[in-house]
Amino acid sequence: MTPTTRTWRPPGKHSDRAFIAVFSIILATYAFLILLLLVADIAYVGWSPQNNSSWPFAEAFLSAFRSPEIRSAMTLTMISCTITAILSVFVAIPAGYLLSRYRFPGNRAVDALLDIPIVLPPLVVGLSLLILFQFLPRGMREAIVYERPAVIIAQFAVSCAFAVRIMRAAFDQTDERCAQVAQTLGCSRRQAFLMVELPEAWPGVLTAVTIAWARALGEFGPLLIFAGATRNKTEVLSTTVFLELSIGDLSAAVTVSLIMVTAAVAVVLTARTWGSRTFNI
Amino acid sequence: MIVLDHIDINQGAFSVRNVCMNIPQNAYAVLMGSTGSGKTTLLEIICGLRQPDCGRVLLNECDVTHATPAARDVGYVPQDGALFKTMTVFEQLAFSLVVRREHHSAIETRVSELAGLLDIEHILDRTPAGLSGGERQRVALGRALSFRPGILLLDEPLTALDDETRSQIMHLLKQVQQHTGVTVLHVTHNRSEAEQLGTMMLCISNGCVQALTQDKKEESYV
Repeated sequence: MTPTTRTWRPPGKHSDRAFIAVFSIILATYAFLILLLLVADIAYVGWSPQNNSSWPFAEAFLSAFRSPEIRSAMTLTMISCTITAILSVFVAIPAGYLLSRYRFPGNRAVDALLDIPIVLPPLVVGLSLLILFQFLPRGMREAIVYERPAVIIAQFAVSCAFAVRIMRAAFDQTDERCAQVAQTLGCSRRQAFLMVELPEAWPGVLTAVTIAWARALGEFGPLLIFAGATRNKTEVLSTTVFLELSIGDLSAAVTVSLIMVTAAVAVVLTARTWGSRTFNI
Repeated sequence: MIVLDHIDINQGAFSVRNVCMNIPQNAYAVLMGSTGSGKTTLLEIICGLRQPDCGRVLLNECDVTHATPAARDVGYVPQDGALFKTMTVFEQLAFSLVVRREHHSAIETRVSELAGLLDIEHILDRTPAGLSGGERQRVALGRALSFRPGILLLDEPLTALDDETRSQIMHLLKQVQQHTGVTVLHVTHNRSEAEQLGTMMLCISNGCVQALTQDKKEESYV
């Protein structure tokens, strides 16, 4: 008695089309949601009943720029984000390199530890910073906590973790063999790193700078706890949105949000342009 | 001259025990062995990228067991060429000379000499991304020879090439060795390559290296 065999048919083209169609619908839905968020902000500013100007966007932006508090917040945001991005990459390059190239005792523990600022709730990061700085001498503590340096420290605590992840991925994608060949050609490890490995990981460095900058721009929770939200002192654009909302000026809050969206989009486009050709996060 | 004196290396499941090897000056030695037999590991030990657990490495009668790769005077061509992606062919050929802070005119002269020898003058301003397999191997070979090393290590340099390019590169390797007098250790698992290029045959199996005499060569190739 022969066993019965099931009839097998090769999958048809319609099966492949359905597979791609399902994924496309999911992607399109999410992309549409993000687009709707932006359109809603733009529509609110453009068609706000309080704004009777024939150039509603220009009027809304000019009105924001006329406010000394918002100008101060914008200046502090640009300066603190830039310093944070530079500091983050300064730490991320050696950290990412070591994690990518070497296996040392406690390697996995260090790797997991570096992810903590990414996975912790932002308020907890801020609270932890606040508690940590209680152990500093009083003079130093008062010079940092609820002052402008606290803004940079709070932004750095989270942005740097993202930069380390990116730099590790960047070094993972470069060929270690090239550095070894460079050593046989007469280089020390330092020279091989500076002349061969770092130039090859350069798109990753640019991506790490831009992502760290964008993360710093969007930082809010740790800032609120550790640096406060004092106008003309520790206020950055993300806290401006919060402060404008808290005094009921929704229009100003949305306008500042659109300024942040514009800055974030510019940064993301820059990262994509610089990094996408040879490097994938 | 390459001498390995009772080299041991242990890497988990893989180990090479008590390896002795003596390749005379100006020889073209071919080391054969199956995949995973330790051929590349031996090359890495010779050029200093890996430290043996015990034993000595002597190159041109100097004990270099604990010397850095930079101090060994060994040109190394890895399997895939490992060209520097951000540099042009000119910069690859000039690399070792720039590291040695040679004069600009001396670098230009040497690069031009190598480009002529390897027939790559027309690609000097190109990056590796646009090069064919044969061109990549020529550039990797030129880069390894640029600082006039006494020893050249080739790790399966012909593996990924088509028949015509393979035959061109084999001819080139012979020509380069005759022209420069460099001592070559060429790793391969291809018999015809070994027969056509080698003046000395070595075989690695079960963690041991042995020289193949003409009789053994014929025997093993049957």
